[in-house]
Amino acid sequence: MIVPAGHYLVLAAALFTVGVVGVLVRRNLIVMFMCIELMLNSVNLTLVTFSRVNGNLDGQVLSFFVMVVAAAEVTVGLALIVNLFRLKASADADDVDALRS
Amino acid sequence: MENVLTPPAGSPVDFAWLIPVVPALSAGLLLVFGKRLGRLSSAVAILSIGFSATLSTMVFAFLQAQPEEGRVFVRTLGTWLSVGGADGLRVDWALLIDPLASVMLLLVTWVGLLIHVYSLGYMAHDERNPQFFAYLNLFAASMLILVTGSSFLTLFVGWELVGLCSYLLVGFWFERRDYATAAKKAFVVNRIGDVGFMIAMFLIFATFGSLTFADVLPAVSTAATGVLIAVGLLLFVGATGKSAQIPLFVWLPDAMAGPTPVSALIHAATMVTAGVYLVARASPLYLEIPDVGLLVAWVGAATAFVAAAIACAQVDLKRILAYSTVSQLGYMFIGVGVGDYTAGVFHLLTHGFFKALLFLAAGSVMHAVADETDIRRMGGLFSKMPVTAVTSLIAVLAIAGFPYTSGFFSKEEVLASAAARPGAQGIWVLGILVAGMTAFYMARWFVLIFLGSPRWAEGVRPHESPPSMTLPLVVLAVGSAAGGLLNTSPEDGFLHHWLEPSVAAFAADGHFLSEGLLLGAALGVAAVGGLLGALLYLRVDVATVGVGGGARNAARRRYYVDEVYETIVMRPGRAMADAFAAFDRRGIDGAVNGLARMTAGVATVGRRTQTGFVRSYALAVLAGTVLIAALFASGVVFGGIR
Repeated sequence: MIVPAGHYLVLAAALFTVGVVGVLVRRNLIVMFMCIELMLNSVNLTLVTFSRVNGNLDGQVLSFFVMVVAAAEVTVGLALIVNLFRLKASADADDVDALRS
Repeated sequence: MENVLTPPAGSPVDFAWLIPVVPALSAGLLLVFGKRLGRLSSAVAILSIGFSATLSTMVFAFLQAQPEEGRVFVRTLGTWLSVGGADGLRVDWALLIDPLASVMLLLVTWVGLLIHVYSLGYMAHDERNPQFFAYLNLFAASMLILVTGSSFLTLFVGWELVGLCSYLLVGFWFERRDYATAAKKAFVVNRIGDVGFMIAMFLIFATFGSLTFADVLPAVSTAATGVLIAVGLLLFVGATGKSAQIPLFVWLPDAMAGPTPVSALIHAATMVTAGVYLVARASPLYLEIPDVGLLVAWVGAATAFVAAAIACAQVDLKRILAYSTVSQLGYMFIGVGVGDYTAGVFHLLTHGFFKALLFLAAGSVMHAVADETDIRRMGGLFSKMPVTAVTSLIAVLAIAGFPYTSGFFSKEEVLASAAARPGAQGIWVLGILVAGMTAFYMARWFVLIFLGSPRWAEGVRPHESPPSMTLPLVVLAVGSAAGGLLNTSPEDGFLHHWLEPSVAAFAADGHFLSEGLLLGAALGVAAVGGLLGALLYLRVDVATVGVGGGARNAARRRYYVDEVYETIVMRPGRAMADAFAAFDRRGIDGAVNGLARMTAGVATVGRRTQTGFVRSYALAVLAGTVLIAALFASGVVFGGIR
């Protein structure tokens, strides 16, 4: 059975929406971080889907780039969160408001 | 000026550039290391000016040994300005050493040296002694640059430097507010004259394409008369500023706020003689425009008269001398104005001697009576300080024109020249009157200070000054008494012959009175004035001196010249400055501050968006993205989705 491309796109959109809402409503930095990952991977899914539809490898190659960047981003991001936790003893995004006017 | 030579290598003229440079270097040395040198600094200063005096004498002797037609040298040191290619502006650092410059060098360096020596005693107790000597050196160096400059511009360098030095020295005791004001006044009034000088230089360059004396002066006959008149008048404006003539004489009497040696230096050797020197230096130019010369002479005569009248009513011993200087400068301008440049320079030289002597004597007197300057509180000092008194007497006789003193010869010559010039009889009459007034106020000065009954304050012990102060007095007294030998008569005097290569000759036109009558008139009037002054004030009731209304009061108040200037110049000036200040505060500052306030206002509103919450920023990003996506999809931007 061949799953139509539209299904993949709907799934990707759903995942992206979950990610966006998660970033907007959750205050825990770890969770926000995971939501960003979710968005990135939903985009990956889209890319692979279109790659399949178009019959070339461009989208798949690009999704590898995204994964690499995401991995790097996780490294930096987690390091930031750990340090922030050491500084403030909290992983709450609203506690980090030093730039508030 | 036609026959300009390059000095032979190794001759004194070849090294003449050291004459201004050495005192200037000494001044720099003293300004930097003066504190460390302490008492030694005065020795450095005296040695440096002594060096210049020696070298000046050698230059003079060298010139005298040259054949008559070969006494004009230009020593070029290097290019200063070279603008606009071959026919552009080109000014060299060069010295013009000719007979006129050489006598000026002698006057400036030797009188300067004596004043330096005198300052040794006079300023011994001042804690800024090294600084004072540095300024004195710089003053002398500036004047030496002025008299040796080979072009209008190099002369102008010295011209401005003496202005600066007079500011520094007049305001030397700047702790006193009125002294600082006097210094500022001297500076500002001089600037007014300088503007005239500068415009004259622009005109000269536009007309002749050069500022060098050797190029300009021989070519004056080729220029249009109108241009020459403009240049002559503008140069004279400069001269009135520097040499304290009507209408710019107001700074000189105030300039006596400086230490007395400075007054002597300003009034005798440096500074005020610069204007006379300038006119004498530009004599070929003034020869082309005799009417402007006559105007110069009239201004000189008027100044001489007004200043002499004021001097008759003053009671401050230095102020009397200051107005006397203004008056005598008037004589010099009569001389150069009627075209007898030698007579003007001659009077400049003799005046340099006796006025320096008078000021130094005044300083000596002030030293003796605890810095009192009111002649009503002196008297009877003759026996207390005989050297000062006798030397002063010689100076008084010289300035009053007592026969065979230096002033006699020079003043008679100026007056004789005025009489010989058609159309200048009125000037002669004024000059004779002023001669009588000069004798009167100088007799009054001498009698009130040295003769009569002692009137000094309780506790003052008058005493003769130390040798470092009396020695210059004696030397200057010899100069004042014998200086006339320089030029015993217009026909065969030394100076007339000596200055021939430098200044235009005087074409005497025959006197309108016989010579004996001229001489007799001047002597008679002076004798009457002097005797009147002496007799009136020998037995005068001091309570009546320096009081009285009417004409006497007007003269004592200096004919309200300062008040007039205050009304017509200072008040409008201040009003204008206030208006500008208000515009600056309200207009310019207002615009700048308004801009700043507007920015602050916008920021107060804008800062509310910066909540510091990451999630609100993320929401904004999302909203923006959605907006762009919506625009993108609806085809408003990028033509929509295909």
